Amino acid sequence: MNKVENDIERLLNEDHDRDISYSASGVGGLGLGGFADLVKVLGTSTKTTDKLNALVQYFASADDKDKVWVIALFSGRKPKRAVNTTQLITWCVEAAGLPGWLFGESYHTVGDLAETISLLLPETIPADQISESKPLHFYIDTFRQIEKQDESIKKQFIIESWDQMNQNERFVFNKLITGAFRIGVSQKMMVNALAKFTSLEASVIAHRISGNWDPSTTTFAELLNESPTITDYSKPYPFYLAYALDADPESLGEPEAWQVEWKWDGIRGQMIKRNNTLFVWSRGEELMTDKFPEYHSLKDVLPDGIVLDGEIIPSIDKKPLPFALLQTRIGRKNVTKKNLQETPITFFAYDLLEYNYEDWRNRPLDERRKQLQAIIEPLTTPTIILSPIVTFSKWEELTELRTTSREMGAEGFMIKRKSSTYQVGRKTGDWWKWKIEPLVIDCVMIYAEKGSGRRSNLYTAYTFAVKDGDKLIPFTRAYSGLTDKEFNEVDSFVKRNAIEKFGPVRTVKPELVFEIAFEGIAASNRHKSGVALRFPRINRWRKDKKPDEINTLDDLKQMLQVYGK
Amino acid sequence: MALIEFSDKGLCCPQGQFYIDPWKPVEKALITHAHSDHARWGSQSYLCHQYTKPLLQLRLGDNPYQTVEWGETVFMNGVKVSFHPAGHVIGSSQIRLEYNGEVWVVSGDYKVANDGLSGQFEVVPCNTFITESTFGLPIYKWKSPGQINKDIQSWVLKNKELDKTSVVIAYSLGKAQRVIQAIAEVTDKIYVHGAVYNVHQTLINAGWKLPEVHRITPETTKEELTASVVVAPPSADGSSWMKRFPNHVTGVCSGWMQVRGNARRRNVDAGFAMSDHADWPGLLQAVKATGAEKVFVTHGFQATFSRYLNELGIEAGEVKTEYGNDEEVSPLAVTDEDSIETDESVSDNPEAKTFETNE
Ligand SMILES: [Zn+2]
Ligand SMILES: [Zn+2]
Repeated sequence: MNKVENDIERLLNEDHDRDISYSASGVGGLGLGGFADLVKVLGTSTKTTDKLNALVQYFASADDKDKVWVIALFSGRKPKRAVNTTQLITWCVEAAGLPGWLFGESYHTVGDLAETISLLLPETIPADQISESKPLHFYIDTFRQIEKQDESIKKQFIIESWDQMNQNERFVFNKLITGAFRIGVSQKMMVNALAKFTSLEASVIAHRISGNWDPSTTTFAELLNESPTITDYSKPYPFYLAYALDADPESLGEPEAWQVEWKWDGIRGQMIKRNNTLFVWSRGEELMTDKFPEYHSLKDVLPDGIVLDGEIIPSIDKKPLPFALLQTRIGRKNVTKKNLQETPITFFAYDLLEYNYEDWRNRPLDERRKQLQAIIEPLTTPTIILSPIVTFSKWEELTELRTTSREMGAEGFMIKRKSSTYQVGRKTGDWWKWKIEPLVIDCVMIYAEKGSGRRSNLYTAYTFAVKDGDKLIPFTRAYSGLTDKEFNEVDSFVKRNAIEKFGPVRTVKPELVFEIAFEGIAASNRHKSGVALRFPRINRWRKDKKPDEINTLDDLKQMLQVYGK
Repeated sequence: MALIEFSDKGLCCPQGQFYIDPWKPVEKALITHAHSDHARWGSQSYLCHQYTKPLLQLRLGDNPYQTVEWGETVFMNGVKVSFHPAGHVIGSSQIRLEYNGEVWVVSGDYKVANDGLSGQFEVVPCNTFITESTFGLPIYKWKSPGQINKDIQSWVLKNKELDKTSVVIAYSLGKAQRVIQAIAEVTDKIYVHGAVYNVHQTLINAGWKLPEVHRITPETTKEELTASVVVAPPSADGSSWMKRFPNHVTGVCSGWMQVRGNARRRNVDAGFAMSDHADWPGLLQAVKATGAEKVFVTHGFQATFSRYLNELGIEAGEVKTEYGNDEEVSPLAVTDEDSIETDESVSDNPEAKTFETNE
């Protein structure tokens, strides 16, 4: 405790960038207002250092329980959902005395439900006035208490809370009710902010704040507790992520120093067996154990106290199946026998992070790999295999092999330094992904729709078509890949060239040609074109091309023949 | 014959044989205010409020200008015409027409709150009211001018403390003068972009008492600009002109800043929801106060606002004009709602003085 206080003292003295508006209203009592200010800085600030400072200042003065919730919220955890959006909207238009359609118009312009409500409610406390809002955890606890109560009780609580808040606070309050905060706080930034309050290593902090701990029962002291015991058996390690290799692999030096594997097109995952229980985590920190019943038998064959890093991937005879099949598996609530037969899921293991309950991340990769091999090779189940090492003696050989990636069901190579430790997050130097070029196709834009969130007032979501004789066949949508300036340009084109309105969708003159890049293609009977693309995005705007120079439906079908298996 | 008809040249009074804020050259043009989507080049004669005249001279060059004072009556072919404060920018006026006992009022652009420079919006009772609707959605509710000024002042002071240069983006006619007034209360030296300077000097020459400002020239040194305050028009935001400021932060003054996503998208450090247009309560207040039986809604959210008025029992219809930029003035584009009104966009006048954009 003393240490934390000292650190805070030091920090406050060092930190000249302190924002005056953050001075706490009382000891350890920032209230919801402090959190609302924090969210505002994180949501609008253009500089990482400003965001980090805001977080540190928040942690230095906020209530301990609130801090725990802030960590939880910013890593994707959600409070209990006490009321639904229909109720919220109803109570809001009632309080504001507005017709429902006007709420709809407003929402369409703002693009965010929580913000729309906060802007429409009649002002009870001016934005510049300090409100009497309670701490963050008070609201979250109350959500839990009223979850099963009568609607009238819920309504009373929500309305009374709104009345005590300014617009800024109402915004975050509504966000708490409607779901996750999509705020620009990376795990790395959170770790850096917390590191100022403890002597724990960054990797340990990252590990502590991941996993499925419950923010309503965990204290701040427990989260940053300096003793190294594992209390949560399910907890995964933060993933080590590779950088894209843009240079020639020759630049990496001696080939002998590197281990190369295929880069699989599945879901990166961690398989954990501790305390005789199996847990499977995705990279998005989602616990997916129940989605893959085929993994459950691995509990009986893997040693206890083990954590593996690998790829979750559908495969038959060690050969990967298209990613689209995995997607349909994940989308299901219940996995049927038929699913299990048609799309069996395998774990392609490529790293060992913990063995015999011991953290192996600081050992070199070749030592980890040797042990991994010793564990996995003797297993006879098809459900877990070693991700094979690609042997080569010269970089040219590897370049040659890379062209066969798609036939292998891979999207290129992972190149890892044999002496590398298993680090946290994206670090440059030791791990590289060397991906194959994406598939591309030229097409014309035919529909446009407004984007959401920060793009809610611009036409930034487009549907593209290829030609089939003199017809245009829509085949994909894409939202990303243009610069802000280009989006503005396309937006004004849409506004000037809209032919018809269908609700929010505008049919536009087929005139703008774009090159769409994608990672894979699969047959689909839900689409008119008969194909579905994986990760489509706009690669570039082909201002040099005319609409009659675009690709045809036959071109797409040919790609399906070659790459759709 | 209606007192005002909506023609392809703009709002036309056939009886009085004149147009109001026409977008094509006409014989006789009555001008509500000097923003370029309302005051266009090419007409044979102009009638405006006396404060508007020097601004029109700046923008449109020399033309036959006739001026009136607020409340003064002029008869034009039997139509009784008078100008009344609109509170939008300096000189901005509503135009009242009366003929055979029937009264129409064209609001031009307006705001109900008094910003201390543009005059207090006057309620002019009428049968038919033609209103703008730039911010005709209930999400737009402004803070008082005094409060917004305080927000800008404390932001500027905070930046100064951190040794950062504050660049305040405000449209050169209207918000720039408001911002300069506010900043002058907390800082001694204010630097401005050439476009802001031209308007400022024009107003001073016309007799307005405004704070002293310094025009930024290629000779202005980095040392002078460090930790200073700069006022620049939207066109400067993101341009190479901004590169001269060491360690600067940008704050945008625009009604669109009311919505978080807009501030984020424009990548600004601070957004101030400050506007010279009426907010939603202001529009409603104005429309109701005129007692008009019939309302025409122009540029902005005209479909939304007229539908709402109809539901309130006030007969309203949409009018398509070339003011603003039709229904969708993009709040996210490089410039803001006033972009269509920027000095730089007056390009169709061969005789107009050229206004600086960069140096
Ligand atoms: Zn105007
Ligand atoms: Zn206007």
